[in-house]
Amino acid sequence: MNANPFAANPLFSYLLRLADDNLVHAQQLGALVSWMPELEEDIAVANLCLDHLGQARNLLAYAAEVEGAGRDEDALAMLRDERQFLNAVLVEQPNGDFGQTIARQFLLDAYQVPLYEALVASGDAQLAAIADKAAKEARYHLRYSTQWVVRLGDGTEESHRRMQAGIDALWRYSADLFAADDVEDALAGIAADVAPLRTRFDATVQAVLAEATLALPADPYQRLGGRVGNHTELLGHILPEMQSLYRAHIGAQW
Amino acid sequence: MGRSVPAARDPELAAVWAAVAAVTDPEVPVLTIEDLGVLRSVDRVDGRIVVTITPTYSGCPAMQYIADRVEDALSGTGSVGEVRTVLSPAWTTDWMSEEGRRKLTDYGIAAPVTVRTRIACPRCSSRRTRPISEFGSTACKALYRCEDCLEPFDYFKELL
Ligand SMILES: [Zn+2]
Repeated sequence: MNANPFAANPLFSYLLRLADDNLVHAQQLGALVSWMPELEEDIAVANLCLDHLGQARNLLAYAAEVEGAGRDEDALAMLRDERQFLNAVLVEQPNGDFGQTIARQFLLDAYQVPLYEALVASGDAQLAAIADKAAKEARYHLRYSTQWVVRLGDGTEESHRRMQAGIDALWRYSADLFAADDVEDALAGIAADVAPLRTRFDATVQAVLAEATLALPADPYQRLGGRVGNHTELLGHILPEMQSLYRAHIGAQW
Repeated sequence: MGRSVPAARDPELAAVWAAVAAVTDPEVPVLTIEDLGVLRSVDRVDGRIVVTITPTYSGCPAMQYIADRVEDALSGTGSVGEVRTVLSPAWTTDWMSEEGRRKLTDYGIAAPVTVRTRIACPRCSSRRTRPISEFGSTACKALYRCEDCLEPFDYFKELL
């Protein structure tokens, strides 16, 4: 069994895991701006994108400091390749229709609220500060995505069908959010303990889906691997679009 | 959590506070960073002035602009120092001053509340209002509509 290369600098890897969830998700939301079904949702998606991008920047800036190798937040975002991205595979799944977009946002929010709330008590002061800020935003996001899951699920026949299809398509990528290994083990008192996160996530999902008259898919299959850089092919399409401009003009300012 | 307004017995700190406190938010120009609670403190650390500010939202695009204007205001006083941005304790709308809330309402934006019940219309004061969108034209706002005067309005959303 090979040693986990990401355990060599556990805090750095952990920060990348948290940052990349937000960075990749923000990139996906950014692609939706001007394409949402209503102006209000267009504004919402742009605001969600900004919050997630801001969280990614705070985490990447701190990761760069922890690494101490002369890379800054831009270098970490724009010059790493697919296998060095440590986001959960959930966030790289396609935007799909509005039901699928909302399903992905909801699953991420249901995870990030307890995650950030736990990290407020982290033994690492800077991580706790970033989480304190992000927790307030995540609670607002969860309220937004929950309203849509319920409105669509408990709506018309067509909206119910699409919301259920969104949950069906994405549920199999949700367990990757909680995939922990010796990176987390090495960060006792600093990283969030995943078991209580999972309990709170399940409780949120169960309650909201019940209110929305939706159900979890019966298929137990879960695709894991994002936390160690083993992604679905979709990330390989997202990164070039995100990184090509920066890579073509290294050091450019405007 | 209160801001640490420097004591009048240190005229230099008081002068810097007065100068940087006047910097306004480019997205809600009637509000100063003091009204918003973004300006946290002005201190002297090892003989240098340190102005501490905190962002409203993690991704607030106005933050760099505000930090630059605070730098300008600081150097305008002739004092030597720096501007620091801290994330903790995290900003909350509870830090918005009474003065700030009044200015906001006069400007046509409903001020943040602690518990979101019926938000009063900033134009006609009616409480027959309803949310149109949880998000508005900037990160800090939600969109409402008044059922009496029928006008849409911005609500400076609570962040607690
Ligand atoms: Zn009115």
